[in-house]
Amino acid sequence: MKILVVAESEGGALKRHSAELIGKAASLAGAEGEVAAFAAGVPDEAVSHALGMAGAGRVYAADVAGVTARSGQALASPLCEAIAGFDPDAVLGSATPFGADLMARASMRLGRGMSADCTSMTADDRGFLFERPVYGGGATATVRPRSRPAFATVRPNSFPNRPAFDGSPEISMLDAAEADGARIEGVEQSEPGMLDLAEADRIVAAGRGIGGAGNFGVIRDLAGALGAAVGASRAAVDEGFISHDHQVGQSGRAVSPSLYIACGISGSIQHMSGMRGSKVVVAINSDPEAQIFARADYGIVGDMFDVVPALAEEIRRMGCD
Amino acid sequence: MKIGVLLKEVPDSESIIRIAADARSIETDRLQWTINPYDEIALEEALRLKEKLGGPSATASPEACRAGEVVVITAGPARAVDSMRKALAIGADRGILIRTEGLELDPATTASVLAGAARRESFDVIFAGKTAFDDGWGQVHIGVAEMLGIPCASPVERIEFDMRSKEALCARPASAGIKETVRLRLPAVIGCEKGLNQPRYASLPGIIKARSKPIAEFEASVLGGAPEISILTERLSPPPERRMGRMIGGTPREAARELARLLREEAKVI
Repeated sequence: MKILVVAESEGGALKRHSAELIGKAASLAGAEGEVAAFAAGVPDEAVSHALGMAGAGRVYAADVAGVTARSGQALASPLCEAIAGFDPDAVLGSATPFGADLMARASMRLGRGMSADCTSMTADDRGFLFERPVYGGGATATVRPRSRPAFATVRPNSFPNRPAFDGSPEISMLDAAEADGARIEGVEQSEPGMLDLAEADRIVAAGRGIGGAGNFGVIRDLAGALGAAVGASRAAVDEGFISHDHQVGQSGRAVSPSLYIACGISGSIQHMSGMRGSKVVVAINSDPEAQIFARADYGIVGDMFDVVPALAEEIRRMGCD
Repeated sequence: MKIGVLLKEVPDSESIIRIAADARSIETDRLQWTINPYDEIALEEALRLKEKLGGPSATASPEACRAGEVVVITAGPARAVDSMRKALAIGADRGILIRTEGLELDPATTASVLAGAARRESFDVIFAGKTAFDDGWGQVHIGVAEMLGIPCASPVERIEFDMRSKEALCARPASAGIKETVRLRLPAVIGCEKGLNQPRYASLPGIIKARSKPIAEFEASVLGGAPEISILTERLSPPPERRMGRMIGGTPREAARELARLLREEAKVI
């Protein structure tokens, strides 16, 4: 079996979710199979090595420079060229804004569409099977692509990440053309140091109970101690306490961290649908009747302004990996 | 300026989802249906653009009328006409319903029939929600752009139109805290994200006026060229349920200490 993975890197480092996806592809492809990575721009030595370590035997690199490198429109053509050259059984990408855009473009260009936002991936003698949440997490759909190659985007943190290969893939260069009619003119960092929710392995989130934008300090402090991203419920975003970039839920981001700490969040259906992929859930809420306790692995009934700083202090004292 | 809006009807997000006997679909008889919330944002953006350009007046010529027309397009069953009527009450001028009863659809086939209808209209710009609350494919509008051979930006949280140069400047999130600015040449498809605007409600006069606004119906097959589906839903299953976990008591300091211990020793996540 042959699998092509769209890899993302930033600042000379391969994204963890891309390494995770390549590793999963390598285990699905098996010893007889082959995994290739598609990369925007010429990968530097560190990224090539990381791609190889993760399990890519070959790298298709699209020769684009500058900010347009991130554009799905500019990269759809070289990706389709890589697909034509490698002839994979599946093309996989991460369910990130970049991955979703590029994969949607390329899969639609080939008249297929992609199984978006998958949380599980298996193969049987009839091909691939993907599981993906639908109806805001109210059901799980098992979908089977019926044409080759199968296209899918996969949520970060869906599979364990274990680099296991030697790190010297063969690199093939592809030309990328300027996108026709869509040009990325600039990038701006709206919130310095923000960790991405979708990629985060740990998240500390607050709800309406936080009471004000200024009070997010206690949440940011605990997040800092844990190396976690900061999340928020729709109520906290709608109150203007924090930007929509932080919203977890049906109208925000779907997340799948190993640890999700919900502070002052009641646990509406819509919020739960966004955080359902979390492996361990902690709820801290002063209302013992809050619905979130029914879905949490660990619950503390108490004022978050007492509990959260105490937890941050305890974690700093213990040290955290 | 002819403005298209891709509109989908979805179960209300408060609805309880029950899987049907075929294990591949959901029971629809007791569901409340509504306009996909992201599509409401798309409709609002379309109406604001029309208003900015100066909508048609009673004395305007037919060309001028067309200059500010908002057309909603839906691929769905007959039932979806209710949501389209609501969109007309909010301010859209007319609707196109592509009937899809009995058809098995996936993102590419849906995009194909929507693109088929859009092609007949030659829109100057098409707005859509960035994804639908029910199936969450998040790619149908991108497919429509691809099939029409026009540019697309999605998910967009801020737009400025320059009507002289026929361009749209769109801001979209790229990754953590990073926003990209994309310059689109019109016609283009714009996938709308939350925060772009605050959708308005239908007014009473709007509801009355909507009754006389036209909704054209097409069979999906008439629009032609729909490829065979390439993604088959084999089954739906209820999501894994989380059970109630352990409550930790004591003073805040004691509870925090015990929680940290459990996260390290039992859950092994820190």
